[in-house]
Amino acid sequence: MTEQLDKIKLSNAQIAWRAAQDLETGFYVNLGIGFPEMIARFQPEGREVIYHTENGVLGFGEAPKAGEEDWDLINAGKKAITLKPGAAFFHHADSFAMVRGGHLDLAVLGAYQVAETGDLANWSTGAGGVPAVGGAMDLVHGAKRVAVVTDHVTKDGQPKLLRRCTMPLTGVGCVTRVYTSLAVVDVEGGRFVLREKLPAISLDDLRALTGATLHVSGPVADLVVPEV
Amino acid sequence: MDKRIDSPAEAVRRISDGATVMIGGFGGSGAPIELIHALIDRRPKDLTVINNNAGNGHVGIAAMIEQGIVRKMVCSFPRSADPRVFTELYLAGRIELELVPQGTLAERIRAGGAGIPAFYTPTSVGTELAAGKPVETFDGRTYVRERWLKADYALIKAELGDPMGNLTYRMAARNFNPIMAMAAAHTIAQVSHLVPAGGIDPEQVITPGIFVDSVVEVSDPRQEEVLNRQGAAYPEAVA
Repeated sequence: MTEQLDKIKLSNAQIAWRAAQDLETGFYVNLGIGFPEMIARFQPEGREVIYHTENGVLGFGEAPKAGEEDWDLINAGKKAITLKPGAAFFHHADSFAMVRGGHLDLAVLGAYQVAETGDLANWSTGAGGVPAVGGAMDLVHGAKRVAVVTDHVTKDGQPKLLRRCTMPLTGVGCVTRVYTSLAVVDVEGGRFVLREKLPAISLDDLRALTGATLHVSGPVADLVVPEV
Repeated sequence: MDKRIDSPAEAVRRISDGATVMIGGFGGSGAPIELIHALIDRRPKDLTVINNNAGNGHVGIAAMIEQGIVRKMVCSFPRSADPRVFTELYLAGRIELELVPQGTLAERIRAGGAGIPAFYTPTSVGTELAAGKPVETFDGRTYVRERWLKADYALIKAELGDPMGNLTYRMAARNFNPIMAMAAAHTIAQVSHLVPAGGIDPEQVITPGIFVDSVVEVSDPRQEEVLNRQGAAYPEAVA
């Protein structure tokens, strides 16, 4: 099944494209370091979104050209950024007041595991080494929507959407929507509710790859994403 | 009032063994490299250092750790692209780590500077980083209690400074610097441009001078990220 799955599943860029379609004009958005950052590349034309980064910038744009970096102007991933008109700088306590205070419309993070309760595990595999949490535990609290972008299963084919997370938690009951390589799933009232799935996978096969009950309540749309 | 100090070495002269030192910056932006290197030259022992990270490369905080003057790090993200120094010492049990979520770290520092001994936050509720901390329910939601964070010294980097200690910052190099200035018993600011009193428009002051004890001008300061891209190390290797 894994081989077959690899043929039909969305790439990370395609998952980011799908997540980007839900950006709305006027949204203040924080995109997690790495995979979630790709979403900005696919922001639909004509929608105005303001990006927040934890280290104290609102209203940043794409990366500068190589050689034009100013290393005092970076994002939380320590990558060089540029500013858009109307950008603002602020200190770290104000930055996290924006996060916890409910001022962000959307935060998008990566995940090791998501539970049907909305619990998220994305900071530590629990396997030892140097622990590092950054702003992940803050970002899952306060944004009006907390979305996750992730492969539907691990590299070994194990489900990442589960009844309960087995890895150390980042936050409890915080995730509202999951964009996976196979489906779009909402977390509602402690349940996974399927909203969209790839036409190439059956509901039964999708359920077999999901570690918790996948409820259907209302129409399930085809998840159709262009090559990007 | 004149808080000017002639050199970084003079500014950090009183920092003694066992001191707790907040160091501004996020990654390389806003890191007071010249103050940090002057502190390394003094070779204090057993410092506790508060910063978002645990250093990068072989300059700044990474060099402090490498030179063996740090007993404990308080930070949110001790992993980075070139973190070998901290990682090796940590895995060998030779350096302590207090891991704090980034927003909680910022608010603990702010609270320390504002005279608020504890506060409640939703961050880390139900996770292992809340283990052993008191929780309370407000309006149906659970929050964890966190304590303020203070320091003996803060080393910070600013753009403009005047003899009164008023400061401005350069772009995203602001980050932790203004709140650390508030939370330390003695705050030392390295400024890229020292201007006379009145040289900063009062409406543009970010850190009012009341939070700052010493101001030292470092014209044309080194930038940590730039140094790391050059492969720099401190103290410089002797050929």
